[in-house]
Amino acid sequence: MIDIQALKKRFGPREVLRGLDARIESGRVTAVVGPNGAGKTTLIKCLLGLTRPDAGSIEIDGKRLNGDWTYRSKIGYMPQAARFPENLTAREVIRMHKDLRGNPDRLDEGLLHAFSFNDDLDKPIRTLSGGTRQKVSAVIAFLFRPNILILDEPTAGLDPIASSRLKDKIIEAKEAGKTVLLTSHIMSEIEELSDHIIFLLEGKICFEGPRDEIKAVTGEQRLERAIAALLEQRAAGPSGAKGLHQAIASPLSRNGHASVASP
Amino acid sequence: MDTTIKIVKYELNDVLRSKWVAYYGLFFLVLTEGLLRFSGANVKALLSLVNVVLLLIPLVSILFGTMYLYNAREFVEMLLAQPVNRRSLFAGMFSGLALPLAMSFAAGVALPFLMRGGAGAGTGALLMLLVTGVWLTLIFVALAFLIATAFVDRVKGLGTAIILWLFFTVIYDGGVLLFLGAFSDYPLDKPVLALMMLNPVDLTRVALLMNFDVSALMGYTGAVFRQFFGSGLGLAVAFGMLGIWLAVPLYAGLRLFEKRDF
Repeated sequence: MIDIQALKKRFGPREVLRGLDARIESGRVTAVVGPNGAGKTTLIKCLLGLTRPDAGSIEIDGKRLNGDWTYRSKIGYMPQAARFPENLTAREVIRMHKDLRGNPDRLDEGLLHAFSFNDDLDKPIRTLSGGTRQKVSAVIAFLFRPNILILDEPTAGLDPIASSRLKDKIIEAKEAGKTVLLTSHIMSEIEELSDHIIFLLEGKICFEGPRDEIKAVTGEQRLERAIAALLEQRAAGPSGAKGLHQAIASPLSRNGHASVASP
Repeated sequence: MDTTIKIVKYELNDVLRSKWVAYYGLFFLVLTEGLLRFSGANVKALLSLVNVVLLLIPLVSILFGTMYLYNAREFVEMLLAQPVNRRSLFAGMFSGLALPLAMSFAAGVALPFLMRGGAGAGTGALLMLLVTGVWLTLIFVALAFLIATAFVDRVKGLGTAIILWLFFTVIYDGGVLLFLGAFSDYPLDKPVLALMMLNPVDLTRVALLMNFDVSALMGYTGAVFRQFFGSGLGLAVAFGMLGIWLAVPLYAGLRLFEKRDF
C-alpha cells in the first residue's frame, strides 16, 4: 500500500506536482492517467526516491520515505524505456540484478519462460530491439516477487503475444494481493487491467475513484471518452456542467472512493 | 561497499568490452613501441611519451568519462530503483570506468618496456610516468563525473569538459607565461611553483621532468624546482596536491549525485 500526502515538486519555475493526496491500495491495479506533462512520471520517480519531493510525505507499507534506500527491495519497477549497459548481455543484466539483491532463493522466473527469448538473452543488449529490452525489463520487475509493482507504460513496444502475457502476469500479481501502479496511454489497456483510476491534471488529482465510477460520472460508456469528457469539462472552466464540475473540483475523500458531489 | 564491488564488476565487464578502451591501450602500445624503436634510448622515448601522456590522458578521461555517464543515465535510474544507495553506485561507476582506462594506459606503456627486459636507467622515470598517468586518469574521470552530474544537458556538459581540458593543458600555461612576462623583473620561482600546484597537469609535468635529469636545462627556476621536488617535503606537497585534485572533484560530484533528481 502506498500513502501519498500533500506531495509537491517543482522543477525551476514549473510546478509539476501541486499537493497530491492519494492512497494506492494493495490487491488492486491502480492506473495513473493524464495528459503528457501531468506529473505521472514525476510521481513515480518520487515513489522510487529518484526525485526528492519539495514537500509532503510518502508512506510505503506503513514506512515513511526518509532517504533510506532499503525499502526499494519491496518494489519492482519497469521504466518507460529501459536502457542497460550496451555491451552486457540480457542474461548478465538479470544476473547483476540478482546479485545486487543478494541472490534471493524465491525467484519468479515465470516471465522469463513466458516470453520466448530464444537466444536473445545471450546477445549484447545494444543489438536487441526496443521490445526485447522492454521484455528484459519486465522480467526484472517481477523477478524478486516484490510487494509493490510500479509499471510505467509496461506494454509500449511489446508485440501482442508478449503484451498479453505481461497483462496476465499483472492480473496474477493483483490477485496475489500485491500493490500495482501503472501508467499507460492506451485506454483499452487501462480498462482491461485497472480497478482504480487516478486522473492527474497539471500536477493535481482531477479524479480518483473506481474505474467504473469515472464512466458513471461522465455518462460515457468507454473510458477513453470519459477521460476526454473530463478534460473538456476542465477546459470549459466554471461554466461547465454543474454536477460534473463539482465532481472534478471537489476534494477527494481518503476512503478510496471518489467523492462525487451528488447532483 | 559490497554493492560498490558488484557494480564495479559488471561495469568493468561492460567497459572492457567497448572497443574504445582497447583502442586507447593499443594506441599507447604502438606509440611506446614506435618511440622505443626510433629513439633507441629508453629515457628519450619516455620523455617524448610524457608530452603525449599529459595531453591525451586528460582529454580521453574527461571526454570518455562525461559521455559515459550521460549514456548511462537510464541505467543509473534503473539501478537507483533497486535497493542500492547512491554513494555505492557513484563509487562503483567511477571505479568501473577509471580502472579500465588507467589499466589500458599502464599496460600499453609498460608492455614494450617489459618485452625489452625493463627500462634500465629509466626505470624510476617509467614508474613515475605510470603512477602519474594513472593518477591523472583518476582526476580527470572525477572531473568528468562532476561535470556530467552538474549539467543535465549533455551538450553543455561536453562543452564544459572540452573547455576544462583546454584550460588545464593550454590556456593555463598561456596565463602563466603572460604572468612571467609581466613580472619578469621580480624573482618568480616561488610564485610559479605555487601556480604549478593549482593545475594538476602542470604539477604532473613538473614532477615528471624532475625525474628525468633534464632540469639542469631549465636554468635557475629549474634548480629551485629540482630542490623543491627533490626534497621529501616537496614531493609530499606535490602528491598531497594531486590527492586534493582527486578528492575535491570526486567529493563534490558525489554530493551532487546524492542530491540531484533523476
